[in-house]
Amino acid sequence: MLQRALIFSSSNPICSQLSTTAPPDNTVFPKRNGGWIIPFSSYQLPAFPSDSAANRPNMASQDEQDPRISNISSAIRVIPDFPKPGIIFQDITTLLLDTKAFRDTIDLFVERYRGKDISVVAGIEARGFIFGPPIALAIGAKFVPMRKPNKLPGEVLSEEYSLEYGKDTMEMHVDAVKAGERALIIDDLVATGGTLSAAISLLERVGVHVVECACVIELPELKGRERLGGKPLFVLVSST
Amino acid sequence: MFAGDQNGLQGDPRLKAISEAIRVVPHFPKPGIMFQDITTLLLDHKAFKDTVDIFVDRYRDMGISVVAGVEARGFMFGPSIALAIGAKFVPLRKPRKLPGEVISESYVLEYGKDCLEMHVGAVQPGERALVIDDLVATGGTLSAAIRLLERAGAHVVECACVVGLREVKGQHGLNGKPLYILVEPRQQINCSAPSVNGVETCRHDDLILGASFSSPLNPTSKSD
Repeated sequence: MLQRALIFSSSNPICSQLSTTAPPDNTVFPKRNGGWIIPFSSYQLPAFPSDSAANRPNMASQDEQDPRISNISSAIRVIPDFPKPGIIFQDITTLLLDTKAFRDTIDLFVERYRGKDISVVAGIEARGFIFGPPIALAIGAKFVPMRKPNKLPGEVLSEEYSLEYGKDTMEMHVDAVKAGERALIIDDLVATGGTLSAAISLLERVGVHVVECACVIELPELKGRERLGGKPLFVLVSST
Repeated sequence: MFAGDQNGLQGDPRLKAISEAIRVVPHFPKPGIMFQDITTLLLDHKAFKDTVDIFVDRYRDMGISVVAGVEARGFMFGPSIALAIGAKFVPLRKPRKLPGEVISESYVLEYGKDCLEMHVGAVQPGERALVIDDLVATGGTLSAAIRLLERAGAHVVECACVVGLREVKGQHGLNGKPLYILVEPRQQINCSAPSVNGVETCRHDDLILGASFSSPLNPTSKSD
């Protein structure tokens, strides 16, 4: 089971009424780095240093952690047992409520991809639709939504991919992109890499060159990074 | 109200380009519906940027602290507007997508019902909110969005859509809230048809069809 330091900054408006007392002795949440991992709904915590710290490859900084990262990490809410028991869900909706942290998230991607001749930002439904368009607009690229089946009205290409149990399908409009274009794929989080892998396939099938995949959060224990057909992955926050 | 009715935006060439960048797909999701496909607008960087800029120019000084976007196409426009005006972005989602505690509001579809949810705590009482979606048809979805925000104590300043009819037909209305729309849906994709409201009715690469298939009462359909 994945554990993650939680992380809520005391300035977050959702926390404004939370207690500052320590959790009771019978809490099931283990300590980490001298603090407590607790569900956001109960307590507030000082922000832990993000574990996307310095010197990790393909993180937002090369030599030392960009100072914006820790606020971004702090703004992400962790929700245990969603969508089912045992899963710890990384909720980016709280990041979207923090105007500075959301702005910094977009800026970090834009700084990396501006001027790299990327003409396509492909965002995966639905949370990729939140981050992709602001990036596309800032770097002068078009935005291409990669959608669940039967949502796109025009002629589509489909790619099936595996879920933990069963399969799903991703679609893209065939005329959204042209062979030879350079693309970035964006989603909020990478876990097993199945979704990103399907998006890479769709774009490559029409001759697009996928330059990189970019996510706000990576769950490295699920090894999604290894399932991208050799495509590089860039993330801001790594959650272990 | 329409953007093009207002001083400063009358005859604005950006509106014409935005309208022309939207693809009309007949008989989607079902016969008789002329689907207004905004994905082609997202491929036109200038027209997409202009769309966001027109909304930002309007809302920048209205003291709006919340932009609520309706899943999923509201997510494509809302965050850029929110970032530019310094507001937070709140996704309004289909059931069971949001992981935290939610409030739900159901609304009526042509056949059956659907439901929109918002996280508890995302919006504080007294905040001024904008609701954004790509298109308004009957207003059912927007009405549910307004109710969610009002239940959380927010004041909905306006609803904004890229595409919509001049009058929101259908039983919902918008609880008296104002509606701001950039362009009307294009009914006809026959390039030889006369222009409507001064706007060209086709794109150069549209299919040529012999007639308009839309009924004046339900020319568009809201789906996600």
